[in-house]
Amino acid sequence: MDKYLEMIRIRFLMMLAYRTNYYTGILIYSINIGAYYFLWTAIYGGKHHMVGLSVIQMTTYVAVSWMARAFYFNNIDREMAMEIMEGKVAVELIKPYNYLGMKTMQGLGEGIFRLLFFSVPGLIIVSLLFPVKFTWNPTVWGLFGISILLSFFINTQLNLLTGITTFFFFNNSGLIRAKRVIIDLFSGLLLPISFFPGWAQNVMKYLPFQGISYIPSMIFTNGFSHQQAMNAIWQQFMWVVVLVLPIQLLWYIAKKQLIIQGG
Amino acid sequence: MLYYLSMFFQYISQYMKTRFQYRANLFVEFFSDLMSQAVNFIFILIVFGHTSLLHGWNRDEIIFIYGFFLVPFAVFSSFFNIWDFNERYIVKGELDRILTRPIHSLFQIVLERMELESLLGGLTGLVVMFYSGSRLGLEIKWYDPILFLVFVIGGALVYGGVFVLIACISFWADARTDIMPMMYNISNYGRYPVDIYNSVIRFVLTWILPFAFVGVYPAAYFLGKKEWSSYVFLTPFMGILFFTISIFVWNQGVKRYRGAGN
Repeated sequence: MDKYLEMIRIRFLMMLAYRTNYYTGILIYSINIGAYYFLWTAIYGGKHHMVGLSVIQMTTYVAVSWMARAFYFNNIDREMAMEIMEGKVAVELIKPYNYLGMKTMQGLGEGIFRLLFFSVPGLIIVSLLFPVKFTWNPTVWGLFGISILLSFFINTQLNLLTGITTFFFFNNSGLIRAKRVIIDLFSGLLLPISFFPGWAQNVMKYLPFQGISYIPSMIFTNGFSHQQAMNAIWQQFMWVVVLVLPIQLLWYIAKKQLIIQGG
Repeated sequence: MLYYLSMFFQYISQYMKTRFQYRANLFVEFFSDLMSQAVNFIFILIVFGHTSLLHGWNRDEIIFIYGFFLVPFAVFSSFFNIWDFNERYIVKGELDRILTRPIHSLFQIVLERMELESLLGGLTGLVVMFYSGSRLGLEIKWYDPILFLVFVIGGALVYGGVFVLIACISFWADARTDIMPMMYNISNYGRYPVDIYNSVIRFVLTWILPFAFVGVYPAAYFLGKKEWSSYVFLTPFMGILFFTISIFVWNQGVKRYRGAGN
């Protein structure tokens, strides 16, 4: 366990060394949030409510989902693809730790760093620029905290899955890009799942994506009742458990037929 | 000039050979490009499931603007793949090699870094334009294709000019900056009618980072929106102006370049 905690710490310190990147990063996210803010106010166009969300709730939704993204987002899939393509994975595999577990911990280290140095200051800046409304209800904050932790795990598991496919495809930059686009849309980052037509919502109920962004953001904006929030978190948790299976299976097969392409 | 043209075609044939090496990945890349275009399209469709007008623009008009935007953007992203210019050429000192080549340094970089598969996005754009255009009952006059070509080239030059200018920052400041991805995000603003933004953003999008000339202004011409006509015909001039400035700055920057690495 110690070595995994150490890995989180090292990643955290590594990110700290390059922190200037994050000041511009906050600006990038603010620009994005700004674009969606103007777009959504134009879409609401005087209407007070849409699908149960007010304009202010919508702005908050956009702001929170982008800032939460900074926490759960990582490039583990790309890192894995690089390590596999360059053959470095051979060295990683003989090290005395679980490769996938270590990658997850690195992602967590990155996530914690971004949460403290990116999401928190970013959210403060954004709340000064746009009409964002925070709740001061500690239960909501608590549920939100659990929810984004689970969304980190779901997103990381999907990244691990994509990363492992490099073992089979050798070069999967296209797949990594496709996965990112799918997650942006189906996770509810670009627009809340409740805006989708009914049949699409039904399909998405059976997919893990809404656990990444839609659920935590809806909890934060009070778009969910307490009961709905509890159910949603339970659903997220189930996905975390279920996704372990395909990862372990693919990982097992991948190790069997591993070809080192260089080294 | 003829020499430059023959260089261009030689690079293209080399390029084809390398790309077909990983055929499966090329296919997936096409697919993922198509999907990212589809995502924006779906976004518009879903939003208009809940409202009928966006600041006076209807669904098909917004889709048309998006379709138009895809065409100059495809041309730009095929040839101006310079978002990692700083890391690739300045930090690693690759520019030394570029400068020993007999053709203009910017042109050499364009040739080396082109990604022709992005042109397919232009095709998607055309399909989207024809789809929404026919729903709107737009008529195509004989000079429209010519104007379309002029606007596409103008828009691509606006994009190219802005991004070359940003790449030039590396000649003066060698620290790594994240301005490039920031610009990509700002450029997304040009896909929607600029009148939904406040006046400051509108001014910036028209005169400082003129991304509105890549999407909404020229598209407004084909949609028959007369109130925008003074902006519409500025498109090619803005493109030429920004691109000329960027080449001028680039040449100054190359003179300043001292080299790094070995």
